[in-house]
Amino acid sequence: MLHISLAAEPIAHIGSFPITNSLALTWLVMAILIFLSVAVSRNIKFIPSGFQSIMEVLIDGLHTFFESVVGHQVKMLFPLIASLFLFILVSNWIGLLPGVGTVGFFRTEQPTEVTTSSEAHGEKEQTTGHLEETAEVQAAETESEVEFIPLFRGPTADLNTTIALALVAFGAIQFFGFKLLGKKYTARFVNFKNPIMGFVGLLELVSDVSKVISFAFRLFGNVFAGEVLLSVMAFLMPFVAPMPFLALELFVGFIQALVFSTLTAVFVNVAASHEG
Amino acid sequence: MDANTWKLIMTGATIALGGAVPALAIGLITAKAVEAMGRNPEAAGDVRTSMILGMAFAEAIAIYSLVIALIIKFV
Repeated sequence: MLHISLAAEPIAHIGSFPITNSLALTWLVMAILIFLSVAVSRNIKFIPSGFQSIMEVLIDGLHTFFESVVGHQVKMLFPLIASLFLFILVSNWIGLLPGVGTVGFFRTEQPTEVTTSSEAHGEKEQTTGHLEETAEVQAAETESEVEFIPLFRGPTADLNTTIALALVAFGAIQFFGFKLLGKKYTARFVNFKNPIMGFVGLLELVSDVSKVISFAFRLFGNVFAGEVLLSVMAFLMPFVAPMPFLALELFVGFIQALVFSTLTAVFVNVAASHEG
Repeated sequence: MDANTWKLIMTGATIALGGAVPALAIGLITAKAVEAMGRNPEAAGDVRTSMILGMAFAEAIAIYSLVIALIIKFV
Protein backbone atom coordinates (compact mmCIF):
# COMPACT_ATOMS: atom_id res chain seq x y z
CA MET A 1 0.00 0.00 0.00
CA LEU A 2 1.07 3.59 -0.47
CA HIS A 3 3.21 4.94 2.34
CA ILE A 4 2.60 8.62 3.10
CA SER A 5 3.64 10.08 6.41
CA LEU A 6 3.35 13.77 7.22
CA ALA A 7 6.00 13.61 9.96
CA ALA A 8 9.55 12.43 9.44
CA GLU A 9 10.19 9.06 11.05
CA PRO A 10 13.13 8.41 13.37
CA ILE A 11 15.55 5.81 12.05
CA ALA A 12 18.10 5.82 14.89
CA HIS A 13 18.70 7.35 18.31
CA ILE A 14 21.70 9.06 19.84
CA GLY A 15 20.95 8.60 23.51
CA SER A 16 17.37 9.82 23.67
CA PHE A 17 17.68 12.19 20.66
CA PRO A 18 15.90 10.77 17.61
CA ILE A 19 17.69 10.95 14.28
CA THR A 20 14.99 11.25 11.62
CA ASN A 21 15.42 10.30 7.98
CA SER A 22 15.23 13.96 6.91
CA LEU A 23 17.94 14.88 9.43
CA ALA A 24 20.25 12.30 7.86
CA LEU A 25 19.78 13.89 4.43
CA THR A 26 20.17 17.40 5.88
CA TRP A 27 23.65 16.35 7.00
CA LEU A 28 24.32 15.02 3.49
CA VAL A 29 23.20 18.35 1.93
CA MET A 30 25.47 20.22 4.34
CA ALA A 31 28.36 17.94 3.46
CA ILE A 32 27.78 18.50 -0.27
CA LEU A 33 27.66 22.29 0.06
CA ILE A 34 30.69 22.45 2.36
CA PHE A 35 32.67 20.13 0.09
CA LEU A 36 31.83 22.22 -2.99
CA SER A 37 32.78 25.51 -1.35
CA VAL A 38 36.04 24.16 0.09
CA ALA A 39 36.94 22.50 -3.23
CA VAL A 40 36.44 25.68 -5.23
CA SER A 41 38.15 28.05 -2.81
CA ARG A 42 41.25 26.02 -2.07
CA ASN A 43 43.57 27.04 -4.94
CA ILE A 44 41.61 30.06 -6.06
CA LYS A 45 43.20 31.73 -9.07
CA PHE A 46 42.66 35.19 -10.48
CA ILE A 47 42.17 33.77 -13.97
CA PRO A 48 39.80 30.87 -13.36
CA SER A 49 39.73 27.58 -15.18
CA GLY A 50 37.57 24.47 -15.10
CA PHE A 51 35.64 23.90 -11.89
CA GLN A 52 36.26 27.41 -10.56
CA SER A 53 34.80 29.05 -13.67
CA ILE A 54 31.64 26.91 -13.41
CA MET A 55 31.15 28.03 -9.81
CA GLU A 56 31.85 31.62 -10.85
CA VAL A 57 29.11 31.44 -13.48
CA LEU A 58 26.67 30.18 -10.83
CA ILE A 59 27.58 32.77 -8.19
CA ASP A 60 27.73 35.61 -10.69
CA GLY A 61 24.34 34.65 -12.13
CA LEU A 62 22.83 34.66 -8.62
CA HIS A 63 24.48 37.97 -7.80
CA THR A 64 23.19 39.65 -10.97
CA PHE A 65 19.68 38.35 -10.38
CA PHE A 66 19.54 39.49 -6.77
CA GLU A 67 21.02 42.85 -7.71
CA SER A 68 18.10 43.37 -10.07
CA VAL A 69 15.66 42.52 -7.27
CA VAL A 70 17.20 44.21 -4.24
CA GLY A 71 19.29 47.08 -5.57
CA HIS A 72 22.30 48.51 -3.85
CA GLN A 73 22.00 46.45 -0.66
CA VAL A 74 22.87 43.23 -2.45
CA LYS A 75 26.41 43.22 -1.00
CA MET A 76 25.10 43.05 2.57
CA LEU A 77 22.35 40.53 1.89
CA PHE A 78 24.01 38.27 -0.67
CA PRO A 79 25.73 35.79 1.69
CA LEU A 80 22.47 35.00 3.52
CA ILE A 81 20.29 34.96 0.42
CA ALA A 82 22.62 32.89 -1.73
CA SER A 83 23.12 30.41 1.14
CA LEU A 84 19.37 30.05 1.59
CA PHE A 85 18.93 29.57 -2.16
CA LEU A 86 21.66 26.93 -2.48
CA PHE A 87 20.62 25.01 0.65
CA ILE A 88 16.94 24.91 -0.34
CA LEU A 89 17.75 24.06 -3.96
CA VAL A 90 20.02 21.12 -3.08
CA SER A 91 17.55 19.96 -0.39
CA ASN A 92 14.61 20.02 -2.81
CA TRP A 93 16.52 18.20 -5.54
CA ILE A 94 18.05 15.59 -3.27
CA GLY A 95 14.53 14.42 -2.42
CA LEU A 96 14.14 13.35 -6.06
CA LEU A 97 17.11 10.98 -6.15
CA PRO A 98 16.28 7.29 -6.60
CA GLY A 99 16.26 5.56 -3.23
CA VAL A 100 15.04 8.56 -1.26
CA GLY A 101 11.68 7.60 0.19
CA THR A 102 11.78 4.11 -1.33
CA VAL A 103 14.67 2.30 0.42
CA GLY A 104 13.85 1.52 4.02
CA PHE A 105 12.87 -1.10 6.55
CA PHE A 106 9.73 -2.35 8.24
CA ARG A 107 9.01 -1.69 11.87
CA THR A 108 6.25 -3.27 13.97
CA GLU A 109 4.54 -1.19 16.59
CA GLN A 110 4.21 -2.86 20.02
CA PRO A 111 1.28 -1.25 21.83
CA THR A 112 1.51 -2.78 25.34
CA GLU A 113 -1.11 -0.39 26.83
CA VAL A 114 -3.88 -1.53 24.48
CA THR A 115 -3.47 -5.24 25.41
CA THR A 116 -3.60 -4.62 29.19
CA SER A 117 -6.75 -2.49 28.97
CA SER A 118 -8.46 -5.10 26.76
CA GLU A 119 -7.56 -7.84 29.27
CA ALA A 120 -9.17 -5.88 32.13
CA HIS A 121 -12.21 -5.24 30.01
CA GLY A 122 -12.42 -8.91 29.05
CA GLU A 123 -12.47 -10.02 32.70
CA LYS A 124 -15.35 -7.69 33.52
CA GLU A 125 -17.52 -9.05 30.75
CA GLN A 126 -16.93 -12.75 31.48
CA THR A 127 -20.62 -13.65 31.52
CA THR A 128 -21.88 -12.05 28.34
CA GLY A 129 -18.72 -11.03 26.64
CA HIS A 130 -16.92 -14.11 25.39
CA LEU A 131 -17.42 -12.91 21.82
CA GLU A 132 -16.49 -9.36 22.79
CA GLU A 133 -13.34 -10.61 24.50
CA THR A 134 -12.09 -12.38 21.41
CA ALA A 135 -13.02 -9.37 19.27
CA GLU A 136 -11.01 -7.12 21.54
CA VAL A 137 -8.01 -9.45 21.55
CA GLN A 138 -8.20 -9.41 17.77
CA ALA A 139 -8.37 -5.63 17.79
CA ALA A 140 -5.31 -5.52 20.03
CA GLU A 141 -3.44 -7.81 17.65
CA THR A 142 -4.26 -5.74 14.57
CA GLU A 143 -3.08 -2.64 16.46
CA SER A 144 0.51 -3.92 16.19
CA GLU A 145 0.70 -3.17 12.48
CA VAL A 146 3.83 -3.19 10.39
CA GLU A 147 4.79 0.17 8.96
CA PHE A 148 7.38 1.05 6.39
CA ILE A 149 10.11 3.47 7.49
CA PRO A 150 12.09 5.01 4.60
CA LEU A 151 15.78 5.49 5.35
CA PHE A 152 15.98 8.83 3.55
CA ARG A 153 13.57 11.72 3.10
CA GLY A 154 14.04 15.09 1.47
CA PRO A 155 15.07 17.64 4.14
CA THR A 156 12.54 20.24 3.06
CA ALA A 157 9.76 17.64 3.12
CA ASP A 158 9.96 17.86 6.90
CA LEU A 159 8.06 20.70 8.55
CA ASN A 160 10.81 21.10 11.16
CA THR A 161 13.38 22.11 8.53
CA THR A 162 11.08 24.59 6.83
CA ILE A 163 10.00 26.19 10.09
CA ALA A 164 13.69 26.53 11.02
CA LEU A 165 14.44 28.18 7.66
CA ALA A 166 11.43 30.49 8.08
CA LEU A 167 12.65 31.50 11.56
CA VAL A 168 16.10 32.22 10.09
CA ALA A 169 14.49 34.45 7.45
CA PHE A 170 12.36 36.18 10.11
CA GLY A 171 15.41 36.77 12.31
CA ALA A 172 17.33 38.11 9.33
CA ILE A 173 14.55 40.59 8.51
CA GLN A 174 14.61 41.97 12.05
CA PHE A 175 18.42 41.94 12.19
CA PHE A 176 18.87 43.83 8.94
CA GLY A 177 16.08 46.22 9.90
CA PHE A 178 17.97 47.18 13.04
CA LYS A 179 21.27 47.27 11.20
CA LEU A 180 20.00 49.61 8.49
CA LEU A 181 17.74 51.87 10.53
CA GLY A 182 19.13 51.64 14.06
CA LYS A 183 16.65 52.30 16.85
CA LYS A 184 14.21 53.89 14.43
CA TYR A 185 13.33 50.40 13.24
CA THR A 186 11.06 49.96 16.28
CA ALA A 187 9.00 52.85 14.91
CA ARG A 188 7.74 50.32 12.37
CA PHE A 189 5.81 48.47 15.10
CA VAL A 190 5.21 50.97 17.92
CA ASN A 191 4.11 54.25 16.48
CA PHE A 192 1.97 56.62 18.53
CA LYS A 193 1.93 59.66 16.25
CA ASN A 194 -1.70 59.08 15.45
CA PRO A 195 -4.09 56.18 16.07
CA ILE A 196 -3.94 55.09 12.42
CA MET A 197 -0.19 54.60 12.60
CA GLY A 198 -0.62 52.73 15.90
CA PHE A 199 -2.99 50.32 14.17
CA VAL A 200 -0.61 49.98 11.22
CA GLY A 201 2.14 49.07 13.68
CA LEU A 202 -0.02 46.30 15.09
CA LEU A 203 -0.77 45.06 11.58
CA GLU A 204 2.96 45.01 10.77
CA LEU A 205 3.58 42.88 13.88
CA VAL A 206 0.89 40.38 12.90
CA SER A 207 2.09 40.33 9.28
CA ASP A 208 5.67 39.59 10.38
CA VAL A 209 4.53 36.61 12.46
CA SER A 210 2.37 35.36 9.60
CA LYS A 211 5.43 35.57 7.33
CA VAL A 212 7.06 32.77 9.36
CA ILE A 213 4.02 30.53 8.87
CA SER A 214 3.72 31.49 5.21
CA PHE A 215 7.40 30.78 4.43
CA ALA A 216 7.34 27.46 6.29
CA PHE A 217 4.14 26.13 4.76
CA ARG A 218 4.82 27.35 1.22
CA LEU A 219 8.10 25.45 1.07
CA PHE A 220 6.86 22.40 3.00
CA GLY A 221 3.61 22.20 1.06
CA ASN A 222 5.26 22.40 -2.34
CA VAL A 223 7.94 19.79 -1.59
CA PHE A 224 5.73 17.38 0.40
CA ALA A 225 2.89 17.58 -2.10
CA GLY A 226 5.42 16.89 -4.86
CA GLU A 227 6.60 13.79 -2.99
CA VAL A 228 3.01 12.58 -2.52
CA LEU A 229 2.32 13.21 -6.20
CA LEU A 230 5.39 11.21 -7.27
CA SER A 231 4.44 8.36 -4.88
CA VAL A 232 0.90 8.21 -6.24
CA MET A 233 2.05 8.33 -9.89
CA ALA A 234 4.65 5.61 -9.27
CA PHE A 235 1.97 3.56 -7.50
CA LEU A 236 -0.51 3.92 -10.37
CA MET A 237 1.78 3.48 -13.36
CA PRO A 238 5.45 2.98 -12.52
CA PHE A 239 7.13 3.07 -15.89
CA VAL A 240 6.54 6.09 -18.12
CA ALA A 241 3.96 8.24 -16.31
CA PRO A 242 6.19 9.59 -13.47
CA MET A 243 8.65 11.20 -15.94
CA PRO A 244 6.85 14.51 -16.57
CA PHE A 245 6.11 14.74 -12.86
CA LEU A 246 9.81 14.37 -12.06
CA ALA A 247 10.52 17.21 -14.48
CA LEU A 248 7.78 19.25 -12.79
CA GLU A 249 9.35 18.56 -9.40
CA LEU A 250 12.78 19.69 -10.63
CA PHE A 251 11.21 22.91 -11.83
CA VAL A 252 9.14 23.42 -8.66
CA GLY A 253 12.20 22.79 -6.46
CA PHE A 254 14.14 25.46 -8.31
CA ILE A 255 11.28 27.96 -8.23
CA GLN A 256 10.61 27.45 -4.51
CA ALA A 257 14.28 28.00 -3.66
CA LEU A 258 14.25 31.16 -5.77
CA VAL A 259 10.98 32.39 -4.25
CA PHE A 260 12.14 31.79 -0.66
CA SER A 261 15.38 33.74 -1.07
CA THR A 262 13.82 36.50 -3.19
CA LEU A 263 10.99 37.02 -0.73
CA THR A 264 13.47 37.25 2.16
CA ALA A 265 15.40 39.92 0.24
CA VAL A 266 12.24 41.82 -0.68
CA PHE A 267 10.92 41.75 2.90
CA VAL A 268 14.26 43.04 4.23
CA ASN A 269 14.05 45.87 1.71
CA VAL A 270 10.47 46.70 2.64
CA ALA A 271 11.19 46.55 6.39
CA ALA A 272 14.27 48.77 6.12
CA SER A 273 12.56 51.35 3.95
CA HIS A 274 10.14 52.47 6.66
CA GLU A 275 11.19 56.03 7.35
CA GLY A 276 9.05 57.21 10.27
CA MET B 1 -22.68 9.38 8.45
CA ASP B 2 -19.63 8.43 10.48
CA ALA B 3 -16.32 10.19 10.86
CA ASN B 4 -14.55 8.33 8.05
CA THR B 5 -17.16 9.35 5.48
CA TRP B 6 -16.85 12.96 6.56
CA LYS B 7 -13.06 12.75 6.29
CA LEU B 8 -13.27 11.56 2.70
CA ILE B 9 -15.81 14.19 1.70
CA MET B 10 -13.91 17.02 3.37
CA THR B 11 -10.57 15.98 1.86
CA GLY B 12 -12.01 16.39 -1.62
CA ALA B 13 -13.92 19.56 -0.79
CA THR B 14 -10.90 21.22 0.86
CA ILE B 15 -8.60 20.84 -2.10
CA ALA B 16 -11.34 21.53 -4.66
CA LEU B 17 -12.38 24.84 -3.11
CA GLY B 18 -8.91 25.78 -1.92
CA GLY B 19 -7.39 25.20 -5.33
CA ALA B 20 -10.03 26.87 -7.46
CA VAL B 21 -9.67 30.46 -6.26
CA PRO B 22 -5.82 30.55 -6.27
CA ALA B 23 -5.90 29.12 -9.79
CA LEU B 24 -8.10 32.04 -10.83
CA ALA B 25 -5.77 34.46 -9.03
CA ILE B 26 -2.68 33.09 -10.78
CA GLY B 27 -4.47 33.33 -14.12
CA LEU B 28 -5.31 36.99 -13.50
CA ILE B 29 -1.74 37.77 -12.38
CA THR B 30 -0.30 36.17 -15.53
CA ALA B 31 -2.84 37.94 -17.74
CA LYS B 32 -1.96 41.36 -16.36
CA ALA B 33 1.77 40.60 -16.48
CA VAL B 34 1.63 39.49 -20.11
CA GLU B 35 -0.41 42.59 -20.96
CA ALA B 36 2.22 44.79 -19.27
CA MET B 37 5.03 43.02 -21.13
CA GLY B 38 3.22 43.59 -24.41
CA ARG B 39 2.82 47.29 -23.72
CA ASN B 40 6.42 47.80 -22.61
CA PRO B 41 8.77 45.08 -23.84
CA GLU B 42 11.81 46.80 -22.33
CA ALA B 43 10.55 46.23 -18.76
CA ALA B 44 9.84 42.55 -19.43
CA GLY B 45 12.54 41.36 -16.97
CA ASP B 46 11.20 43.43 -14.07
CA VAL B 47 7.62 42.48 -14.86
CA ARG B 48 8.57 38.81 -15.00
CA THR B 49 10.27 38.97 -11.58
CA SER B 50 7.27 40.68 -10.00
CA MET B 51 4.95 38.17 -11.64
CA ILE B 52 6.87 35.20 -10.17
CA LEU B 53 6.76 36.89 -6.75
CA GLY B 54 3.02 37.54 -6.97
CA MET B 55 2.42 33.95 -8.12
CA ALA B 56 4.33 32.63 -5.10
CA PHE B 57 1.95 34.43 -2.76
CA ALA B 58 -1.15 33.25 -4.60
CA GLU B 59 0.11 29.68 -4.88
CA ALA B 60 0.94 29.56 -1.17
CA ILE B 61 -2.77 29.67 -0.33
CA ALA B 62 -3.42 26.69 -2.59
CA ILE B 63 -0.55 24.88 -0.88
CA TYR B 64 -2.03 25.61 2.56
CA SER B 65 -5.32 23.98 1.54
CA LEU B 66 -3.43 21.02 0.04
CA VAL B 67 -1.54 20.48 3.28
CA ILE B 68 -4.80 20.61 5.27
CA ALA B 69 -6.38 18.09 2.87
CA LEU B 70 -3.38 15.76 3.29
CA ILE B 71 -3.58 16.13 7.06
CA ILE B 72 -7.29 15.29 7.04
CA LYS B 73 -6.72 12.23 4.91
CA PHE B 74 -3.58 10.76 6.42
CA VAL B 75 -3.43 11.84 10.07
